[in-house]
Amino acid sequence: MSLKIKKGIPLIDQHDKNGMWGGKFGGSFVPETLKKPIEDLTNLFSKLRNDKSFIKERDYHFENYVGTPTPLIKLDNLTDHLGGAQLWAKVVSENPGTAHKVYACIVHCLIAKRAGKRYVCTDTGAGMQGKNLAMVAKKFGLKAKIFMGLRDLVRQKKNVDVMKKYGAEVVPVTSGSQTLVDAVSESMRYWVANCQDVHMVIGSTVGPSIFVKISGYSTSQISRELKVQLIEEFGKIPNKLKLLNCVGGGSSAYGFWSEFIDYDKRHVNLIGVEAGGSKNSKLHAAPLSNNSKLGILHGAKAYCIQDKDGQIGETESLSSGLDYPSVSPLHCFLKDAGRAEYTSATDEEALNAYKLVSKLENISPSLEPSHAFATAISLAPKLSKDTILCIDSCGHSLKDSDIIKEKLGFYTE
Amino acid sequence: MKSEIQLTFENCKRENRPALLTYTVASDPNKKRSIQIINSIAKYADIIELGFPHSTPVGDGGQIQTSSNRAIKNGFKMRDTFQIVKKFKKNFKNKPVILMGYYNMIYQYGESNFLKDCKKSGVSGIICVDLPWPENKDFAKKCKKKLINFIQLLAPTTTKDRMKKIIRDSHDMVYYISMLSTTGGKLKVAPRKILDNYKKIKRINSRKNLVIGFGITEKIIKSLKSADGLVVGSLLCKTITKSLKMRQNPVTNLVKVVYNLKNKIL
Ligand SMILES: Cc1ncc(COP(=O)(O)O)c(C=O)c1O
Repeated sequence: MSLKIKKGIPLIDQHDKNGMWGGKFGGSFVPETLKKPIEDLTNLFSKLRNDKSFIKERDYHFENYVGTPTPLIKLDNLTDHLGGAQLWAKVVSENPGTAHKVYACIVHCLIAKRAGKRYVCTDTGAGMQGKNLAMVAKKFGLKAKIFMGLRDLVRQKKNVDVMKKYGAEVVPVTSGSQTLVDAVSESMRYWVANCQDVHMVIGSTVGPSIFVKISGYSTSQISRELKVQLIEEFGKIPNKLKLLNCVGGGSSAYGFWSEFIDYDKRHVNLIGVEAGGSKNSKLHAAPLSNNSKLGILHGAKAYCIQDKDGQIGETESLSSGLDYPSVSPLHCFLKDAGRAEYTSATDEEALNAYKLVSKLENISPSLEPSHAFATAISLAPKLSKDTILCIDSCGHSLKDSDIIKEKLGFYTE
Repeated sequence: MKSEIQLTFENCKRENRPALLTYTVASDPNKKRSIQIINSIAKYADIIELGFPHSTPVGDGGQIQTSSNRAIKNGFKMRDTFQIVKKFKKNFKNKPVILMGYYNMIYQYGESNFLKDCKKSGVSGIICVDLPWPENKDFAKKCKKKLINFIQLLAPTTTKDRMKKIIRDSHDMVYYISMLSTTGGKLKVAPRKILDNYKKIKRINSRKNLVIGFGITEKIIKSLKSADGLVVGSLLCKTITKSLKMRQNPVTNLVKVVYNLKNKIL
């Protein structure tokens, strides 16, 4: 039952009329109330995508506010230390929002302005999405409401302080596991009740298909830059290239890969790293690498951690940003089409990776990208010197300093 | 042959009153009690809506979330839904039961398997919160084949054009969501305004039984009594929560509430 990916068309556009990728992932399973707002958003987005002034504005903010391109650097010390493949990092976190979330937040706020909405709301896990939306909303004169599970609110307090500094209202979510999954539910509920005045933003390539598309459209900026940078550096796309990215909802990984999906997988290998949870626990947040069943969560059909009845399952990860029971339909499609591979790293492996990378190099990845570094570190020694392992360092560790200090006894920014 | 749901509405119409539909959650607060609850309120309720609780109900507010969590915590399994309906139908042969829930639960049970068990236990209708038109077309057809009503929702945001299409594909009953809100929200629209919208929908097809739900309380139910039917849910879930908190019997408290609701629309 191999699914086929088409060449020359962005993956975000390879869905059918119901918003399903590969005929089975995605869709828009939402309460009736949201049908019209979603239709309006879909129409507006498809118009704006082809509107030169919109694209100009987007690029202006990407260039002058985010700062493009974010650096691509060689990790010489880590490469020498591991003695195998060359390790490179695209330091996406080198932007005012310190994470890849900034791209979709800008695009969403531009859309909200054009839709005449003055309020935006979103979910956040690690607080990166909340922080970025708070920051960008303020810049664009919009009022932001951020939904965040109480558990995350405590463990990512540093980002909460930043959200408040930017004038956003942070709403603690106390239902369920009090993590990202509950934050998304609550943000959607808020949108149901306020869809006439509020533009909802979803923090990753999840949710009803239009949100998957807008998120992926926005983060694609990362791989557009990467492609140019690789060609500048190597004169071409290296013959043996592996792109490693952590996968929570999957917006970071999709954005890192989108320009490379058409390449043969032996040429450009795509590796997604999910959160394996603590090594001593059965719980995880890795539906793809654990072969979870298809399910419907937050409006989309995708592989999802759940029980036999369809109750959404409990997840566990030290990294709030990856702690989500489902995953983007785009990644389900990439997995089943055999284009990308998915694996997981444990909390402990991610912490060790953080330790090694921050010791040897002048970068300090947060716990989410540390999962991708963990896989890179275990792969590199087995690979030839002409293999290029490129890791998306999509978040800065400052938000995790308390957790890291507690677990490792020290923290290096 | 007319469906139980259709017959119920015709009965109510003959009595010149709206049908009263009650929503409670299967296995809330536990399986045994939830059976007692529907058995007891059925004296005043015309149609029993039974929710199968989901861990992540994106269309529901606090009251129904609390009931759902309580049921799941107390061991709810999907098959309990059908056992509860079966037991109920033994006592109330002609009283329609409508199941209400989220699509993932039906999807995991298997659509055909789900409908088979609906049929076996005596379910008359199904409401699926997150399976809107046109995504619901295939499943709605399967329901019709089994002579089970697939009940669609209309919202204040639904365009007239879309309403027409939904109504064309609907069975005996359609559900109008009174306002922009999850369940359990405070009514933020004047009843007169709700009835205006109600009438507009009835004009599209007056033969469809149109019920109004969301935000209906003892205070305002009377003002909506010209509708074909009225659904009360969060108020009942809240009553259960409150009863448990005050160590009172939720069954007797619920009967009082439903009795009062019914009296207001006679
Ligand atoms: C730093 C960082 N990396 C990765 C993720 C997960 O991102 P995605 O959903 O794009 O996979 C998050 C999400 O919060 C994050 O904050």
